[in-house]
Order: sequence, then structure tokens, then C-alpha cells
Amino acid sequence: MTTVHGEPGRVPAVPVVSTGRLGLARVLSPAIVIVVAAALLVAAISNENFQWDVVARYFLSGGILTGLLTTLALTAVSMLIGTALGGVLAIMRLSRHPVTNAAANAYIWFFRGVPLLVQLVFVYNISALYPQLDLNDWLTPNVVAVLAFSLHEAAYMAEIIRSGILSVPKGQHEAASALGMSPWTITRRIVLPQAMRVILPPTANQVISMLKSTSLVSVIAVPDLLYSAQLIYSRSFQTIPLLMVATIWYLIVVSVLSVLQNRIERRVGRGFTRSPQRVSKTSGRGGAA
Amino acid sequence: MTPIVRAAHVTKRYGDHLALDDVSLDVERGEVVCVIGPSGAGKSTFLRCINRLETIDSGTIELDGELIGYRRMGDVLRPLPQRLLAAQRRKLGMVFQGFNLFPHLTVLENVLEAPLRVIGTPRAVAVAAAERLLQHVGLADKSASYPADLSGGQQQRVAIARALAMQPEVMLFDEPTSALDPELVGEVLAVMRQLAEGGTTMVVVTHEIAFAREAADRVVFMADGQIVEVGPAEAVLAHPTHPRTIAFLEAVL
Ligand SMILES: Nc1ncnc2c1ncn2[C@@H]1O[C@H](COP(=O)(O)OP(=O)(O)OP(=O)(O)O)[C@@H](O)[C@H]1O
Ligand SMILES: [Mg+2]
Repeated sequence: MTTVHGEPGRVPAVPVVSTGRLGLARVLSPAIVIVVAAALLVAAISNENFQWDVVARYFLSGGILTGLLTTLALTAVSMLIGTALGGVLAIMRLSRHPVTNAAANAYIWFFRGVPLLVQLVFVYNISALYPQLDLNDWLTPNVVAVLAFSLHEAAYMAEIIRSGILSVPKGQHEAASALGMSPWTITRRIVLPQAMRVILPPTANQVISMLKSTSLVSVIAVPDLLYSAQLIYSRSFQTIPLLMVATIWYLIVVSVLSVLQNRIERRVGRGFTRSPQRVSKTSGRGGAA
Repeated sequence: MTPIVRAAHVTKRYGDHLALDDVSLDVERGEVVCVIGPSGAGKSTFLRCINRLETIDSGTIELDGELIGYRRMGDVLRPLPQRLLAAQRRKLGMVFQGFNLFPHLTVLENVLEAPLRVIGTPRAVAVAAAERLLQHVGLADKSASYPADLSGGQQQRVAIARALAMQPEVMLFDEPTSALDPELVGEVLAVMRQLAEGGTTMVVVTHEIAFAREAADRVVFMADGQIVEVGPAEAVLAHPTHPRTIAFLEAVL
């Protein structure tokens, strides 16, 4: 048999067309998804109990926007402090010194073991433990919230940062040392940038889950997004529309964060995967061999 | 003149295992020394002790008359602080079996990193030098690529350029071609041969007997943590005297 090129044995192959159940699912599933989504949307819009006019009225109101800002600030500050503290704990965990190591382990064991809500309420009432210190003056609900979230977050970030640092092969250390780099330069220029690839994706998840966890502060009366909505509906009894306002805002912020997360992951992945052009070249060579 | 590298009675243990047993070797300036021997002989360990990636248990290793990684305090040697050790390591370039390029940096950045961060060479000067080195190893057109996009042979040549960028006094190679596909070995050996001809002092652990015969001034045969035989390349490879050397060469040739 001959082909266009006249080379014997070189038969052009037709790409496989998927058939069977999976193929059917591929055709059906988008249709199903669209139909179900449309039905849900129509149901939501036509259900008067949602009171969309109330949603629209409050969506950009001062109270809600201030609450949103509080939520964002709480997330950002707690995340920053939690990451810094987590970094210290990670270094302690990696240290060969048994006491340092045990201290970090104990911290992580405690703050990962106790539910966040319990920690929050606990810090809120900490002045009861030390009445003589007069902590109430500066332990405002905002400070309590930041303190509780940061301490909790540090335990999680410690493990994330530690596994990131451990993911960098020993040979990287050795190569950098052999070039005469100081330990600090090695950490900053060689280890951390590579560790980031492992650290950043779960950290982005932490940010997103922290954002949602901040809604717990309503129990200590910090006017975040949720509590601001609650304040309004406790007066007007428009519970459902105000919960919708909060829900939509949470979804918007989380969506934006997810997009950022994807961007960051692509950026730190540079150099770790072969660029597409190169992949096709090597697979071509492999095929010829 | 003092030898550039002087190892005297070096002993290194891993637990009960004696990886280096009273190893002594002098390397003269401009000399190319190839170290051969069976697996587990302690060749890598010896090389790694020279730039103190491994600590030693007794003996001394000097670079240009200066103790490496230790300082004498009374009768004992104490480990040198990291900062001073780092300064000493600049004088020793090391090329690893697994390349160990920095994957997050481009080829050019890999070569630039140490001159910029360790010596503080002005960027323009460092870039010019790095480009010259990449040209030298035949990779001028790859400077913007990431290591993952290079073949093993290309990566190893970048690693050689990276080590040379620090203008080391001695280059240490630990089986630089062992991780390469056979068709890529030649390009790396060619670069090393050029270095040898250019007068670079080199200590090369290798299984490439042909390279040793051609490029080495002296060949060291190691077995069981000891230097069993050492002498001019021609003498050790063509007319070995020790039974272990004879057996090893018979097996590999
Ligand atoms: N980090 C380590 N811990 C324990 N033992 C080790 C370590 N590194 C090397 N050894 C042991 O020391 C001995 C010498 O090892 P070395 O790697 O120096 O051998 P080599 O001559 O380089 O062998 P090869 O040709 O396989 O690379 C071996 O028996 C090895 O198992
Ligand atoms: Mg070895």
C-alpha cells in the first residue's frame, strides 16, 4: 500500500472519535447543565420571596460596603500576620533543635485542633483570665478578630510553607552553596522562589477560606459583611434579600480571588514545565526513534 | 610552590562505614586529575569533602595553603562559620552528575546569579562575561531558555558555564556525563577537554576511561575509601600495577 508520499508502511491515521457512554455524556452534559441552570434562574427570579428590589436597594448601600471593606481588611491583615508567623513556625519546624521543634509542633497541634469559633470566643474573653492587666482597652472586637484569625492561620501556613521548602531538592542547596552563596542568599534567591510554586496555590485557598471564615466575627459583633447585613435585617425583617446581598458579594470576591489564583499559579510555574513548542519537538523525536 | 589542593590523611565516616580512609592527594596548578574506581569507592565523597559539602572526621584539606571549611584552634579543627566557608567555596567550581541548574531561572540568569549576588559584579560586566561563557560552551542562542527546555547535554554545559562564571581556581566534576544519553556525552566531554587544554585545574570523577586517558595528567584509582593507585594517566591506565586496578580496568574496558 502506498501513501501520498509514496513511503511504504506510512499509512495516515484518522484521529479517534470518542464514542460510547463518555461521548454521549459530552454531548448531553452541556445541555443538561444549561437547562437546569435556566430553570433555577427562572425559579429564583420569579420567586417574590427573594425580593430582588430590596437586594438591589441595599447592594451598594453604605452599610453593606463598609461591611465588605471590613471583611476584606480583616482577611488581608490576618492573612499577612498569619503568614509571617507561619513562616517563623515553619523555620522552627525545620530546625534540628528539639526544643524549638517541639514548641512549633505544640503550637500547630493546638491551633489546628481547636475550632476557629472557639478560639475567637476564647480570645474575646481572654481579659477574664487576666483581669489585672486591663486588656479591655485595646482588645477591641477588631483586634480580637485579627488576633484569633492570625494565630489560627499561622498553624496552617506553617505546614504549607514547610512543605514548600522541603519540596526544593537538596541538589539546589548544594549547587548554590558550591557557588559560594551565603545561606541567606540561598534561601531568598534559590529556595523560596522554587518553594513558592508549592506554597502559593494552597495559600490562595487559605485566603479564600479565611475570607469566608471572617463571617464568624458576627458572634463578637464586628460589623463585617455578614454582620452588617444582619444589622439591617434585624430592623427591617428583610432577611432573605439581605442574605442574598451578602451571598452575592462573597461570590464576587471569591471569584476575583480565584482568577488571581490562576494567574499566580501560571506565573510561578515558569521554568518548571517544558514550554509547549519544546514538548512537541521532543515528542516528535521520540516518535521517530 | 604549594599545590593548589592538598588533602592529607582525610577520613570520613557515615556511621560505622568508613567512606574515606586516610586519603592523601596533592593537585598542582593547571593539572587535570581523573578519579576512577568502582561504585561506592568514595569518589563522590572525596570530591564533596574538598568543597566541604561533606564534613570530614580527621585529616586536613587545604586550598592554596588555606584550610577549607575549618580553622585551627589549638590542636583541633573547628568548622568555619557559614559566611567564611561561602567565601572559600567561590574558589572551587563544582559540576554535578544531575546538573542541578536553578529551574526558575533562565540559562543566562543561572550563569549570572552567583557573580551578581556573591561577588557583586556590575550587571553589564557580568552579562558580558556570562554571554562569553555561554558562547564558549556553544549555547549562546539558548540564554533566554529555561533549563527544562534543554537537553541533558545542554544543561550540563550550562552548569559548567555557571561554575566558570565565578572564575574558580579549581573545577570539580562529579561524573558529569553519567546521567546523559550516550549521544550527548561527547558534547560535554568536548567542553571539558577544551578547559583542560586551556590550563584549568580540574579534578574529574568519571567512568569515561577514554577521556581520562586523553585529558588527564594523572589518574587516581580509588576502592573501599582508599586511594589504591595514583600516577600518570598512561601508567595507571595502560600499565596498572595494583591487582584491584587491573581487575577494574579489565571489567570496564
Ligand atoms: N550521605 C550518606 N550517608 C551514608 N552513607 C553514604 C552517604 N554518602 C555516601 N555514603 C556511602 O559512602 C560510600 C562512598 O560513597 P560515594 O558516593 O562517595 O561513592 P562513589 O565512589 O562516588 O560511587 P559511585 O560511582 O556509585 O558514585 C558508599 O558506600 C556510600 O553508600
Ligand atoms: Mg559518586
